[in-house]
Amino acid sequence: MTKVTAIQKAASINPLKSSQPLGAAFAFLGVEGAMPLFHGGQGCTSFALVLFVRHFKETIPLQTTALDEVATILGGADHLEEALLNLKARANPKLIGVCTTALVETRGEDFAGDLALIKERRACELAGTEIVLVQTPDFDGAIEEGWSKAVTALIDNLVRPEAPGQVIPNQINILPGWHLTVADLELLRETAEAFGLTPNIVPDISGALDGTVPDRWIPTTYGGAPVESIRSLGRATHTIAIGEHMRRPAQRLAETSGIPFTLFESLSSLASVDIFVTLLAQLSGRAVPPKIRRRRRQLEDALLDGHFFFSGKRIAIAAEPDHLYALATFVTGLGAEVAVAVTTTSNSPVLTKVPAQEVRVGDLGDFEDLVTGAACDLLLTHSHGRQAAERLDIPLMRVGFPIFDRLGSQHRRTILYEGVRDLVFDVANVFQAHPQVHTSEGLDSLRERGDYHDGHTQIAHH
Amino acid sequence: MMKDKVQHLFNEPACLKNQAKSEKERRVGCSKPLTPGAAAGGCAFDGAKIALQPVTDVAHLVHAPLACEGNSWDNRGSASSGPMLWRTSFTTDLAEIDIVMGQGERKLYKAIREIATRYRPPAIFVYSTCVTALIGDDINAVCRHAAEKYGLPVIPINAPGFVGSKNFGNKLAGEALFEHVMGTVEPDDVGPTDINVLGEFNLSGEFWTVKPLFERLGIRIRASIPGDARYADIAAAHTARVNMVVCSTALVTLARKMQERWGIPFFEGSFYGISATSDALRNTAALLVEQGAAPNLLDRAEALIAEQEARAFARLAPYRARFAGKRVLLNTGGVKSWSVVSALMEIGMEIVGTSVKKSTPEDKERIRTLMRDDPHMFEAMAPRDLYKLLAAGEADIMLSGGRTQFIALKAKVPWLDINQERHNAYAGYDGMVELVRQIDLAIHNPVWEEVRTAAPWDDEGQLTAAHPAASAPMASLVEQVAGDDVPPRAKLVAPAFVARHRKKFADTRVDNTDPNFLAHHRKKFAGGAGDDIGEC
Repeated sequence: MTKVTAIQKAASINPLKSSQPLGAAFAFLGVEGAMPLFHGGQGCTSFALVLFVRHFKETIPLQTTALDEVATILGGADHLEEALLNLKARANPKLIGVCTTALVETRGEDFAGDLALIKERRACELAGTEIVLVQTPDFDGAIEEGWSKAVTALIDNLVRPEAPGQVIPNQINILPGWHLTVADLELLRETAEAFGLTPNIVPDISGALDGTVPDRWIPTTYGGAPVESIRSLGRATHTIAIGEHMRRPAQRLAETSGIPFTLFESLSSLASVDIFVTLLAQLSGRAVPPKIRRRRRQLEDALLDGHFFFSGKRIAIAAEPDHLYALATFVTGLGAEVAVAVTTTSNSPVLTKVPAQEVRVGDLGDFEDLVTGAACDLLLTHSHGRQAAERLDIPLMRVGFPIFDRLGSQHRRTILYEGVRDLVFDVANVFQAHPQVHTSEGLDSLRERGDYHDGHTQIAHH
Repeated sequence: MMKDKVQHLFNEPACLKNQAKSEKERRVGCSKPLTPGAAAGGCAFDGAKIALQPVTDVAHLVHAPLACEGNSWDNRGSASSGPMLWRTSFTTDLAEIDIVMGQGERKLYKAIREIATRYRPPAIFVYSTCVTALIGDDINAVCRHAAEKYGLPVIPINAPGFVGSKNFGNKLAGEALFEHVMGTVEPDDVGPTDINVLGEFNLSGEFWTVKPLFERLGIRIRASIPGDARYADIAAAHTARVNMVVCSTALVTLARKMQERWGIPFFEGSFYGISATSDALRNTAALLVEQGAAPNLLDRAEALIAEQEARAFARLAPYRARFAGKRVLLNTGGVKSWSVVSALMEIGMEIVGTSVKKSTPEDKERIRTLMRDDPHMFEAMAPRDLYKLLAAGEADIMLSGGRTQFIALKAKVPWLDINQERHNAYAGYDGMVELVRQIDLAIHNPVWEEVRTAAPWDDEGQLTAAHPAASAPMASLVEQVAGDDVPPRAKLVAPAFVARHRKKFADTRVDNTDPNFLAHHRKKFAGGAGDDIGEC
């Protein structure tokens, strides 16, 4: 069992986290015709908005209740009501996802009660728009928690218990974790459809944040999981949850609608994809289509070709728990070692399974300190790792969120046979672009070495 | 206390917008009430952080839960000629337990200690935020104690988000510098031609295109605030003879107070545009001479201006033909609403419209003068309307900030960033040439023709007969490609788009056949002084 060490210091240096309400808004962006609304100051919204825009290079619908100093003292319910009415009038969204922030949560109000009153009082004006509340103070959690809470809130608010016989044959639910890309979701859909299954993916950022050019101005999200699809989550035969943080919504769906679920901690290894494909074959009663069988053979070959580059490499990863787990199991599966693992919270049970000696809860400052002197060959984290990579002179492969200094991150595949194949190539190519330099002095067998610890051949103490 | 400060900052007598207001209007203050559900823009903390973060050797510590810093750090394009500490992010990242148990002040004190002992910066700036202000953390007291204990300046920046807009935060940041930093260091090399430049952010290092101009005249930049500034320079800024205010709305109060306390005269100017840059040099020289510098500075300045203008106009000349009748939409506000306008008109572009959201009455008057009878001024435009205007082909390019970038791109209209996230240096004479070059590259990029070409199928996926790619039989298409007689892509551009593009402004184009156009315009816009940049 991996040791998880909590944070010790007062000054966080170079944060690894993005905030919890950002994670919740992220999930609402995967709903068609949606408008996430931050209940807080306008800066809370502006910062999250700018970060989304920098990552996706898209206009992002995200609004604010714009609390001023008076509302901060007297209470924000009026602002919430006004914001809802304004949004309804201006954008007529199908769904408004209200995400609370640290500001209003520190004040502490009965948001659910206020919202219920607003919905009742303004029933006419707000008709036709679902309003979902999720409590996501910035002083707790990060993207993972926010996303998970938002999906759970969607289920709580929209899914009604179904009468027996309402099950739609061949419909399966897929609840993806936030760390899956647009391309990953498209791949999931195609794979399920190849078995004749109808996947209901919630949230579905693949239609909403895949960078298409609509032919008119749309103030809300376009694409994504329709509200009607979310309602029909309760009518599927099975739920597939991807990432430990999706256990909560999957469990909720199981409790309310009695749908069994299978949870995949990762889909970024051959073994886990095998289980996934087997599950689809069992659920559909169909044979595995030739296309998928061929993809598996391609992955086998990629693993064979790629493992040379991974063997013995020391890799440092900083990511949220499920993403960390997926990346760590992927690289260790090809013979690399996770020399440094940093994550955002100690609350996830998946952390104890991360194949590393220790998982440190911390920031990119801790990450940089740990990597210094650990003789790492590669850093895996988001774009904010660029400063550390530069100072340490170690290549950085950007993963997760935010990625603001590389294009196309949403179109990179990271799961299923194709995605793992791509990951193998991506990582191996970084190693090939930064080869170990051999010099005559370095290779001189008689040179004065002091001891045998020269980094690359050093073996971590287990 | 905060209330007094807010009121006091609203009463800025040197603010041109304020001067145009009645006594009653002035008391109401300058921040417009926000509309919940329809608000845009950052908060006061955002503004304060933006205004100070480019100070390169200082540790900027944000006392807040995660989002204030965690969602926003390392996002500015200022450049440093040395220290890189400003790009390291420091936050107390308050957790629930810290807030519930009232541990905020203690955590802040410890954080200051950790930073002071590990990084040994010349100073630490501590920013309060909504939550830490709400729970009543006394950051002034913590900063004072920590400064004594660890022997370095620890400066409180009191600008919690809820007190106002980003611009108001800029002002609060200026207040902090005035109250706590300036005048704390006495340099031993004070000279008669030292100046400060206030509100210059050194985006993409653009101040480095301007600085040598001053140095050629023997003028020393004591402090450029905040771009590429070091703490000690700001602390010694009170010894300069003249202040130039570039971002007027943000730091004009600071300039006025420096005048009152240390007798430093100031003027507002801009480095955007050729005549604006010349005026900046001219006014600096004039004020320095008034302050006792050698009078020949004036002649030397004029000589430099003449030389640099001639060079810049010669470099711009080739673009006039390429820009004939090209229409530009400016969506930026403040001084750029006219300083860039005048520069673009100098080379024969037509201005479809310019946003005056953040402009002063004087800015607006300048626009009216520039654009003759038809000012095309607009206040903030809703994204939907902006999209409509662009999609209708009423502009050949939009110049704006990142916030509206994707509106232009989704409307398939060229776009150029002229706000803080941009990657090019546009200040000074060279900067103007660079801006024009970038506009040229953007407008004439072949990608526009390509993306405006309709797909060879209709909404149902049926191949459209009209589209050559679809109507040509397979074999002949291959032949055509080989034989190079494929119809030019331009013909595939949706005809309606071209029509819309040409229709509306067909008669209103600037007559750029006039050989004296440049000279004429140069004269006309000479003498216009400016302010602005960055967040203005």
